[in-house]
Amino acid sequence: MIAYLARRLSASALILIGVTIVTFCLTFIIPADPVAMIAGRNSTPEMREQIRIQLGLDRPLVEQYAHYVQRLAQGDFGISYARKSPVGDLILSRLPATLLLMLGAIIAELLIGIPAGLYAAARRGQTGDKVAMTLSFLTVSTPQFVLGLSLLYFFAYRLGWFPLSGYGSLSHLILPAVTLGLAGGGWYSRMMRSSMIEILRQDYIRTARAKGMSEKRVMFVHALRNAILPVIAMIGLDVGIFMSGVVVVENVFGWPGIGQLMWQAIQSLDIPIIMGVTTVAALFIVAGNLIADLIAPLIDPRIRLR
Amino acid sequence: MRSILIASAAALALLATAPAALAQSPKQGGAAVVTFNNDLTTLDPQVGYDWQNWSVIKSIFDGLMDYKPGTTELEPDLAESYTVSDDGLTYTFKLRDGIKFHNGRPMTPADVKYSLERAVDPKTQSPGGGYFSAIEGYDALAGGKASELTGIRIVDDKTISFTLTRPDATFLHLMAINFAYVVPKEEVEKAGADWGKKPVGTGAFKFVEWVPGQRIALERNKDYFRQGVPYLDKLTFEFGQDPTVAVLRLKNGEIDIVGDGIPPAQFAEIMADPANKDLVAIGDQLQTGYVTMNVTQPPFDNLKVRQAVNMAINKDRIVRLINNRAVPAVQALPPAMPGYNTDNKGYAYDPDGAKKLLAEAGQPDGFTTELYAMNVDPNPRIAQAIQQDLAAIGVKAEIRSLAQAEVIAAGGSGKAPMIWSGGMAWIADFPDPANFYYGILGCAGAVEGGWNWSKYCNKELDARAQNADGMVKADEGEKRIGEWKGVFDEVLKDAPWAPVFNEKRFTYHSARLGGDSSLFTDPIHIPVNYDYIFAKDAQ
Repeated sequence: MIAYLARRLSASALILIGVTIVTFCLTFIIPADPVAMIAGRNSTPEMREQIRIQLGLDRPLVEQYAHYVQRLAQGDFGISYARKSPVGDLILSRLPATLLLMLGAIIAELLIGIPAGLYAAARRGQTGDKVAMTLSFLTVSTPQFVLGLSLLYFFAYRLGWFPLSGYGSLSHLILPAVTLGLAGGGWYSRMMRSSMIEILRQDYIRTARAKGMSEKRVMFVHALRNAILPVIAMIGLDVGIFMSGVVVVENVFGWPGIGQLMWQAIQSLDIPIIMGVTTVAALFIVAGNLIADLIAPLIDPRIRLR
Repeated sequence: MRSILIASAAALALLATAPAALAQSPKQGGAAVVTFNNDLTTLDPQVGYDWQNWSVIKSIFDGLMDYKPGTTELEPDLAESYTVSDDGLTYTFKLRDGIKFHNGRPMTPADVKYSLERAVDPKTQSPGGGYFSAIEGYDALAGGKASELTGIRIVDDKTISFTLTRPDATFLHLMAINFAYVVPKEEVEKAGADWGKKPVGTGAFKFVEWVPGQRIALERNKDYFRQGVPYLDKLTFEFGQDPTVAVLRLKNGEIDIVGDGIPPAQFAEIMADPANKDLVAIGDQLQTGYVTMNVTQPPFDNLKVRQAVNMAINKDRIVRLINNRAVPAVQALPPAMPGYNTDNKGYAYDPDGAKKLLAEAGQPDGFTTELYAMNVDPNPRIAQAIQQDLAAIGVKAEIRSLAQAEVIAAGGSGKAPMIWSGGMAWIADFPDPANFYYGILGCAGAVEGGWNWSKYCNKELDARAQNADGMVKADEGEKRIGEWKGVFDEVLKDAPWAPVFNEKRFTYHSARLGGDSSLFTDPIHIPVNYDYIFAKDAQ
């Protein structure tokens, strides 16, 4: 187990290093000059040169990367070009909001996916099953921007059940969490369904039924407990999927998280923020995958640790 | 009977006029909420340079000069009066009495000097420091060799004088621009890197708080030196609001102004709704949308080719494409700008004439080129319309739809043969034709990284422009504008650009906000002049 953990940790560290290198290089391959953005329209070549030197952009790429990693190790993500404030503070102040949104999305997708999967499995082959699976297909295919605006329009504007964007209470959280998690809900409903069908075919279920156990007990006590394991193991991977989803969802709902920060930074080519958010997101994704990898063998001993 | 008739007639007359009278007079009090999609970057007047924070900074700070609200007319602001020497090289400003910073300290001429020096000091990284290059001592300070602007002298505790190295007719405009706004040294130094987040100024609104990414709250400065303004007690800016959602919130009565303007997708629907008739203010902007042609890249080095492009573009169709949110432009300057030549009708839409010119230029079968545009709607659609117009005269233009920063980079480096300027350029920083020339049409802007994307450099016109800016005497104003008219007439003849349209500004606001529509589309306090709008339901 220890060896497995050590292997996974070192793999994660390599992944993170790779992410910082790729992001760093990407932002310099884009043919746009951040100095021109900072210096503004009336800058002279001399002024731009001054700013370039001040930001250390005149040094060779390898040297710039080395400085970046050095500061990163100390927790310094640099200073935002446009806002002149430390990137680390910006990210830290917005991270709780994003984590809350992701938590809400995980709860939403479980609350939607698991019952839907159970329902479809119980009515396998019938209309109910077909409807549920079609809906799951739709939820996975609908762009989150469209979904978010539609939910806002109908439930917040028309019906007034929820506030139109904002942050601070449970009612603010529900619509964005559902938007972010709905696709995952569709995914999990299918997983739940096939997992349940697989389990309901097992001998011990047949035995339980033969013993006279009610169908409800069979489903909810014996089958569900085992069918849900693959779903739980997959939750860690959701972190990765959600990290990209928050960029759109936070923007639509005015949710002050790091996704919204990333969106704004991309528009103004604020490289320190782009790199900082990417690194932090990568950190969480790697952590999420690590947890998923660690939980999976614990839940299902049949999975061999490799 | 008669007396009853007269009485009721009088009563009716009173009732008829009363609402009009009530609606017009501003009331003191109330609050307003403005939404923006993006967080403001900074409230530091020497640094802030985007259209969102421009007017917020104008409400927190003041400069020596300002403009009459809703207009482009200069008037003294922090200065009570000013005199200009005969040779135009010395400006002396007498400051008003009783001006206090929000922290209570009275403002002095030393603060004015400090603020201008801060704008020029390279450590501040101000995008606007270059504007003040005419002040004596600029080169030394900007080059990092000095620590003060020797041209600014404190005459006494109420008077300050500026000495220039050359006459600059735009100098008074420069004293009204954000980069010249007065800041208190002790607050700047105390706040350090946080200064942009904790502004302290002399303006109509006092800063209360900034929750990053969520909102900025301002409140009325009760000690503001102008009596009676601002009318609003509280002003709040909320961020991260998608404009589509903001429109819904406005209809719900939750917010008062959609700061980003009406989203293009909902424009037709909102304008068609009769309930919105008084709620959308329409005004002119000091803006032109144009196509640049790189005069150093053949075949655009041939005048006839450039003129042909001008004649090939169907401007009316493009304006219709954007739901009439603009008017077709016939010259480089926008109609609201002094120097606009109402007699110059530019190039008429004439595709056959364009084809003839192309043949004369040695391109009878047309040619292939690239048209760069910003990838945010409606610019790709406009680029497509231009592409179709060019195809009709035989010019095949491949569209390069890219992110704003990339197009700007391609223009600055001279790589792009044609660029549609929409979404990127050019709105004037101040209402003077000089601001529409040097950076984008003059030789100084035609360098690597400059904003003169057509790399047009006409030394003769540059000399004429400099000459015009030397006419600083009070009675030379008209002559100067006449000179500028001449310069831009020549530019139009040389056709480094094809001007397409002048955008109008549309500000959608709630019914409870009152004020002249020019305040909601103020050409200087973009987008809204917060100092003078009021709440109709104030108690």
